[in-house]
Amino acid sequence: MTWIPPALAVNPWLTHTARIADIVSECDGIATYRLCLDTSDNASAYVFEPGQFNMLYVPGVGESAISMSGDAHEPDGWIHTVRVAGNVTRSLAQLECGQTLGVRGPFGTGWPIPQLVGKNVVVVAGGLGLAPLRPLVYHLVRHRSQFQNVSLIVGARTAAGLLYPTEYANWTQAGIDVQLTVDRATAGWNGNIGVVTALLDRLKLNQIERASVVTCGPEVMMKYVGMSAMQRGIPAEQIWVSMERNMQCAAGLCGHCQLGPAFICKDGPVLRYDRLQPYLFVESL
Amino acid sequence: MTDRAAQFFRKAELQALIDELRRRDYNVVGPSIDQEAIVYTELTSVEQLPRGWTDEQAPGSYRLVRRDDDAWFGYVVGPHSWKKYLFPPRTKLLTVQKTEQGWSFLPAVLENTKTAMLGVRACELAAIAVQDRVFLGGPYKDRDYESRRKSLFLIAVNCTQAASTCFCTSMNTGPRCKSGFDLALTEIESGFLCEIGSDAGWDVLSACELQTATAEDLNEAESQRQRAVEMIERQMRTDDLPQLLLDNLNHPNWKAVGERCLSCTNCTMVCPTCFCSSVSEVRDLTTDQIDRERTWDSCFNPEFSYLGGTPVRNDTSARYRQWLTHKLGSWHEQFGTSGCVGCGRCITWCPVGIDLTAEVAAMREAPAP
Ligand SMILES: Cc1cc2nc3c(=O)[nH]c(=O)nc-3n(C[C@H](O)[C@H](O)[C@H](O)COP(=O)(O)OP(=O)(O)OC[C@H]3O[C@@H](n4cnc5c(N)ncnc54)[C@H](O)[C@@H]3O)c2cc1C
Ligand code: SF4
Ligand code: SF4
Repeated sequence: MTWIPPALAVNPWLTHTARIADIVSECDGIATYRLCLDTSDNASAYVFEPGQFNMLYVPGVGESAISMSGDAHEPDGWIHTVRVAGNVTRSLAQLECGQTLGVRGPFGTGWPIPQLVGKNVVVVAGGLGLAPLRPLVYHLVRHRSQFQNVSLIVGARTAAGLLYPTEYANWTQAGIDVQLTVDRATAGWNGNIGVVTALLDRLKLNQIERASVVTCGPEVMMKYVGMSAMQRGIPAEQIWVSMERNMQCAAGLCGHCQLGPAFICKDGPVLRYDRLQPYLFVESL
Repeated sequence: MTDRAAQFFRKAELQALIDELRRRDYNVVGPSIDQEAIVYTELTSVEQLPRGWTDEQAPGSYRLVRRDDDAWFGYVVGPHSWKKYLFPPRTKLLTVQKTEQGWSFLPAVLENTKTAMLGVRACELAAIAVQDRVFLGGPYKDRDYESRRKSLFLIAVNCTQAASTCFCTSMNTGPRCKSGFDLALTEIESGFLCEIGSDAGWDVLSACELQTATAEDLNEAESQRQRAVEMIERQMRTDDLPQLLLDNLNHPNWKAVGERCLSCTNCTMVCPTCFCSSVSEVRDLTTDQIDRERTWDSCFNPEFSYLGGTPVRNDTSARYRQWLTHKLGSWHEQFGTSGCVGCGRCITWCPVGIDLTAEVAAMREAPAP
């Protein structure tokens, strides 16, 4: 069970003022923000588990669920990578360094790090799905010896959509097998072309029964990753996905994010595949 | 506490009870007639009660008719439920102010409302217990609900009749009020039998002129309550319930019911346990102040499931399926109870008379291949 900050447990709407400290433009329509709480320069204010998210609030516009994408071991602010999708994210993208917005969190379940220890770990990210996985990758890098083989498969529509490209070399150096693929090759790309599952199918995995898969990306992609992994003999109990649904409260009180019995906000977003399987393939559930 | 014997008081004493509660700063709310229905509203006088009226209910229909007696609580349940007092249709969550340093966020100030509900039915006590689990039983508490719930005073009134839409006996929630009240009344011709459920109940009762209940009074009360039991016709089998629905997510009946359902949200608005809500921004143009407000929402609204440009539940059958599988199915896993208490409101107030008990039965009779 995820630890819940006591102040949020009694009032999940508790919102703090956060000031934009840095903005790093990633690629078209995507930027990474470092947000610092006005009330605190204390590192303990930024404690989270990789996989968790905050609710970012632009007053007058609304809130969006946005995952932590920074390093949990370097708590110098909330790091969020945001893509412009609609009203809230568009307004957020217009803010400048020094301006403020509201933050409440952290919410949700994290990646199952204790269960990954001692395993072959396969991380599969599609597009922006790498953002919530990056804190996990940082953890794997930092504690590399606790895990067996670690592979990271990153897919994007085009090479320009591959997130955090400057970091791949570090991760490779740290002993992570980073494999990239794009749906469509553009000038200068001479790597893999195709869906992430094609790489997953070909991945060398000794001791399949010791492998675990964690994945985040578009829902269809995660379904195929789940199916491919199971076809290769990885049990559903060793596959985790991070789901997305409409969220208003993030605390299991507003009803919006349900998928079967799960409230994606508080039982997820990271959920074990066997728990989702009966519902994931039912249309319009 | 429970060993206190049932008391009797004459009808006029109910006014003394209302007065006493008001003296203790309670907002007393209870049944009254408004726009041809019995609704819950603020009460200052017993004159406001629907004396001599009853409700006739059937799928898609509700109408008030004159009784041939002067019973004060001679009806069943109407379109309102008590949830509007514990989980109001609009609640302020947060106030946002613009300062020179940027935005500042102030948690909403909790209103100090003491509510006394008069005329709560057994199924409605059960519904409050269900909402207690939803709002207070999880890892996050709803502080607004919590503060309203803490200062709640409950005067239950046992049903002495049932509507054709009632099925509380199937849901094991009624018609007898067994616990969860401060006082529980049973109306007989000469007055009210009163069971005491709490110290607070006993304390407030000191304002009324009490008499010891005679064996005759007790018998009359028992037969009045029995009358309600005997009038209940509708049934819903529940032993196979969470599983039946979860095993039949692709049943063709969802499409059939989706073709009749108007997605009007009535069923969710009248249901005493439905708790879905949305948050909106309310701007005060003169002061740079913004309030974040929570309002009731419904899984029948297409925007309810918006994700990346389109609703996840893009047609009515998917939305009806969400409602019913949640209410009777996944609610169990989430909250350890059914989400339905068998009050029948959703059946009565559905403009096309969709009856959840019939939908469940249809699925059971012909399970999907
Ligand atoms: C747990 C979780 C983690 C997430 N992490 C991240 C992350 O790290 N980074 C990130 O960028 N995103 C993340 N998301 C997604 C992000 O929350 C959404 O993209 C964001 O909320 C969109 O909000 P918006 O107001 O900008 O867009 P919205 O206004 O909600 O719009 C989203 C899309 O829906 C359409 N839309 C919305 N309302 C309507 C309507 N009434 N009628 C028609 N169309 C409509 C818009 O046109 C747009 O295409 C996450 C989501 C979840 C649930
Ligand atoms: S689902 Fe219908 S019968 Fe059940 S509690 Fe809600 S309104 Fe009453
Ligand atoms: S079931 Fe009936 S009341 Fe509910 S949304 Fe459909 S038409 Fe409206």
